[in-house]
Amino acid sequence: MMERDETVVILGEDVGFYGGNYRVTEGLYAKYGEKRVIDTPIAENSIVGNAIGMALGGLRPVAEIMTVNFILIAMDQIVNQMAKLRYMSGGKIELPMVVRTPQGVSKQLAAQHSQSLERFFTSVPGLITMVASDATAAYYGLKKAIELDDPVIFLEHELLYPMKMEIQKRESFDPFRADIVKEGKDITVVSYLKMLHDTLKAVPVIEKELDVSVEVINLHSLNPLDMETIANSVKKTKRFVIVTEEPKTGSFAAEVVSKVSEELFYHLDAPPLRICGEDVPTPYNRKLELLSIPTPEKIAQQIVYWGREHGI
Amino acid sequence: MSKSIVERAYYLMKLGRVFEERAKEEYMKGNISGFLHLAIGEEAVHVGATLAFGKGDIFVHYREHVWALAKGMSPKSLMAELFGKKTGVSKGKGGSMHLYEPLLNFYGGNAIVGAQIPHAVGAAYARKYLGHTEGVLVAFGDGATNAGNYYESLNMAALWELPVLFVNENNLYAIGTRIDRASAVKELYKKAKEFMPAERVDGMDFFQVYDAVSKAKEYIETEGKPYYIEFLTYRYEPHSMSDPGDYRSPRELKVFHDKDPVEFLKREGIKRGLFDENFVKEIDERVEEEIEEAVKFALESPEPEDAELFTDIFCEVCTDVVP
Ligand SMILES: Cc1ncc(C[n+]2csc(CCOP(=O)(O)OP(=O)(O)O)c2C)c(N)n1
Repeated sequence: MMERDETVVILGEDVGFYGGNYRVTEGLYAKYGEKRVIDTPIAENSIVGNAIGMALGGLRPVAEIMTVNFILIAMDQIVNQMAKLRYMSGGKIELPMVVRTPQGVSKQLAAQHSQSLERFFTSVPGLITMVASDATAAYYGLKKAIELDDPVIFLEHELLYPMKMEIQKRESFDPFRADIVKEGKDITVVSYLKMLHDTLKAVPVIEKELDVSVEVINLHSLNPLDMETIANSVKKTKRFVIVTEEPKTGSFAAEVVSKVSEELFYHLDAPPLRICGEDVPTPYNRKLELLSIPTPEKIAQQIVYWGREHGI
Repeated sequence: MSKSIVERAYYLMKLGRVFEERAKEEYMKGNISGFLHLAIGEEAVHVGATLAFGKGDIFVHYREHVWALAKGMSPKSLMAELFGKKTGVSKGKGGSMHLYEPLLNFYGGNAIVGAQIPHAVGAAYARKYLGHTEGVLVAFGDGATNAGNYYESLNMAALWELPVLFVNENNLYAIGTRIDRASAVKELYKKAKEFMPAERVDGMDFFQVYDAVSKAKEYIETEGKPYYIEFLTYRYEPHSMSDPGDYRSPRELKVFHDKDPVEFLKREGIKRGLFDENFVKEIDERVEEEIEEAVKFALESPEPEDAELFTDIFCEVCTDVVP
């Protein structure tokens, strides 16, 4: 991407000389130099504000915010500027830019460093919100995000970085189409980021305990949301579950359940189920931390319980 | 400066040093997790400033173990917090970056760079409004001085004439980015000079730290206006346990190691006849014992109960809305 298009630049804290806190940008500084891989001061609002200016000025910036926790400082630029400029200019302004950031509950980083904030981004009109749940989605998804002429928030999960996998060659990759990663006929489970993997670990238990087959859908984009894939699946299975790591109240999961209820109410044989984090700031203690978020065991348990309650 | 203050300083600096060295060891063993930011090398600033500042409020960022110890928090409750135990100062909910003790006027512990700076300005406003005589000290790294929060705070503190002492711990690095790659103005105290009196002081020398903060405290509390000190200091360890720390040259490390603040105070204290070898030996032994006890306490302390997940979110009024 950077080789092909010299207007692509990266900016953020420690992305250059240091190689990125999660080593995501390692090697780029040596290859493309400091004019294209820009180390910034710790100033998140200006990082995004600058990226907006760069996009206005003819570049395709990828702004990295070290972790989502610090993106809150940049929310004014994101919500009031980045998301609205195109609309307010009657479509005259294009903002080809990406803000990429890792999020989620990692390991014992405590409340100010352990959050999933997709709810904030997906509720802002004008922001595309993409997620990369594995290396393939990160590779194709990020490329796509950079190519788009609209502003994109690109979310990753801190605990997925160590996951090793070969990138699957794909002829085409449309991030706005969800993938059915496992076919099934009795329950539709939607997820993304780390919870997708935890869900996949729970599936064999659920299938065995309830004697059913589970369909698992992986979202690459949260906004826009591929309701078509979800609807087709729910029409087939008649049951809907969504698994996310964020606290439950006011979650993105709540939004998806609302859509499913609105659009597919008469197709449902059971009330939709949300499996989310607890409504608490994330604690430091490991045992409490694990209690605060879904785990493969809890996902299995809750779906099995819900399944029995509703006669599946 | 009285003999007893220097003695206390040596004890606290040594306590901080051994506490952190031990915390590092316990991290390697897996007893401590998450982010652990060590301040080894910066003890003279933390202890000197706290002792000179006395009773006022202190706000710090995530590199705060030694500040907390100097402010009078017990090594036991701090170590237990790092272990995530119920007996920890934040009941195991906060960890290394979130230590608070309002009873000792210690307000953290903040994992968001620069976020504590406006808190300190607000606290100073409140204290002044309520007629308290003590001022507020806020400490932050060089990296925090490039953010909007920082300038906004300098302006408000100066505009409203608030008793805040801004303590900039310039250890030259923000994670792996050296100060000259992040700040257009390299002498950081100059960035504050338009707002308030500002100076630069050697942060490896306890005596200079103590004197500078004593004078500054006097100024903010009698004049009722803010003051700024940039301390030149150094962290010997990487930014945190997850940082490879390979961006610093051995020569640079040596220059700063040659003025190790704990060793410096020991040498100077003896040379100036403020204490003797025996005192040092006694303190060193006492500190080892205290830290040993703290680790034992932390190890043997229970984990928080599961129900603790839902406590401390609100004061009692709202508990019924939480599941
Ligand atoms: C707002 C915000 N942005 C980024 C970070 C990530 N981060 C943590 S510490 C740090 C460097 C801060 O350096 P400095 O202020 O010099 O303090 P030091 O660590 O040297 O004591 C960064 C970038 C953060 N915690 N908060």
